[in-house]
Amino acid sequence: MEKFKKYIKELFESGEIEGFLGIRKNGLHPVPHLFTPEHPEELETLTIPDVRYPMTEILLTIVRKYPDKKLGIMVRGCDERALNELVKNQKILPELIKHIGIACSADLAASCRCAQPYPEEIHYGEKVAPVEDRSDIEAIDTMPQEERFDYWMSEFSKCIKCYGCRNICSMCFCDQCTLEDNDLIATGQAPPAIPIFHLIRAFHMAGRCIDCGLCEEACPAHIPLRTLYRKVRESMSGFLGYVSGTEGGEKDPLEFLGSEGYMVPSKIDEK
Amino acid sequence: MEYRTVLTTCTYCGTGCGLLLEVMDGEVVGVLPAKTHPINEGKLCIKGWNAHEFIYADGRLTKPLVRKGDTLEEASWDEALETIANKFAEIKKTNGPDSLGCFSSAKCTNEENYLLQKIFRAAIGTNNVDHCARL
Ligand code: SF4
Ligand code: SF4
Repeated sequence: MEKFKKYIKELFESGEIEGFLGIRKNGLHPVPHLFTPEHPEELETLTIPDVRYPMTEILLTIVRKYPDKKLGIMVRGCDERALNELVKNQKILPELIKHIGIACSADLAASCRCAQPYPEEIHYGEKVAPVEDRSDIEAIDTMPQEERFDYWMSEFSKCIKCYGCRNICSMCFCDQCTLEDNDLIATGQAPPAIPIFHLIRAFHMAGRCIDCGLCEEACPAHIPLRTLYRKVRESMSGFLGYVSGTEGGEKDPLEFLGSEGYMVPSKIDEK
Repeated sequence: MEYRTVLTTCTYCGTGCGLLLEVMDGEVVGVLPAKTHPINEGKLCIKGWNAHEFIYADGRLTKPLVRKGDTLEEASWDEALETIANKFAEIKKTNGPDSLGCFSSAKCTNEENYLLQKIFRAAIGTNNVDHCARL
């Protein structure tokens, strides 16, 4: 850990980065924090816990205000997949963002069922084996269709429309959210209409979801959202050969419609 | 360039979810659920997710208002508290302590709720103590 802190300090001193988005200890709680060269003493509180915050989502918040700053960000395997997708969607400039790689612990990889629990370059931790586990998808795929529909409807019926799944997701970067489009989802009304609320989000996650599972962790209703998005992720790679989160290349094939592809047709007609 | 988080408790209901206020350059710009908080374990309801929004709302009261005739006028805390104390004393004297009562709130801390019931029971002398969570 001392070596890691020294590394960040050196990046500050050389001017390679002007801020480092990481996690600091706040009493018993690890919380996200932007460390800066102006306050190197804060690096004393830097920590790398088995707790995940939406780092890339926070990065977007900072970049919107400071688009020209050179920033370092603590990245796990999932964060790196998110950054790759954000670059393809022109939300961040890769030359300004330095990945500071963390390999996840075996415990964390197991609890996340993570297919890639490490980024490309590792600055802290030891690589552990990926976890290949699609038992959640299989369990649902083997249900007869009617039962499968009932299963999802009963899960969706627990939704309290907190928007937590959308809020915590760094792939939800649209300026206008379809889930707040009154023509599709009645605003100011809870619970939401099902299954449309969840299907809209699932459709939008196709080609975007990088399978970090933060949405499911944030869902107060314990809806197995990740299973749903993993399924659309598989469909995207199966039918269109696109795996979101991989570095470089084209952006997701569903983006060819542009942002209007996500709007209701009536709005396009009005133009 | 500053981004930090402030760990605090949601003020909207008595559940007491832990949340992080996201602060950028001194301005509160958002909320994150506290992932290690024992109450909400990284989850929030829609109110919690938007708990920061009233901070800069135009309609937010930042000073006490005292009714003068038909209008509410801004007043200092001293003036407001004095008005309340005088009115309470007057009502208690003319109609007895049970003509007064209080509503406390699920949005306050246990300690604040304790103090409010204490002032009504011990200083004013009534058991008319209730709270907004009954609504
Ligand atoms: S996080 Fe869960 S409860 Fe909240 S809107 Fe999403 S699906 Fe519904
Ligand atoms: S987030 Fe919702 S449930 Fe939690 S304390 Fe706030 S209002 Fe209550």
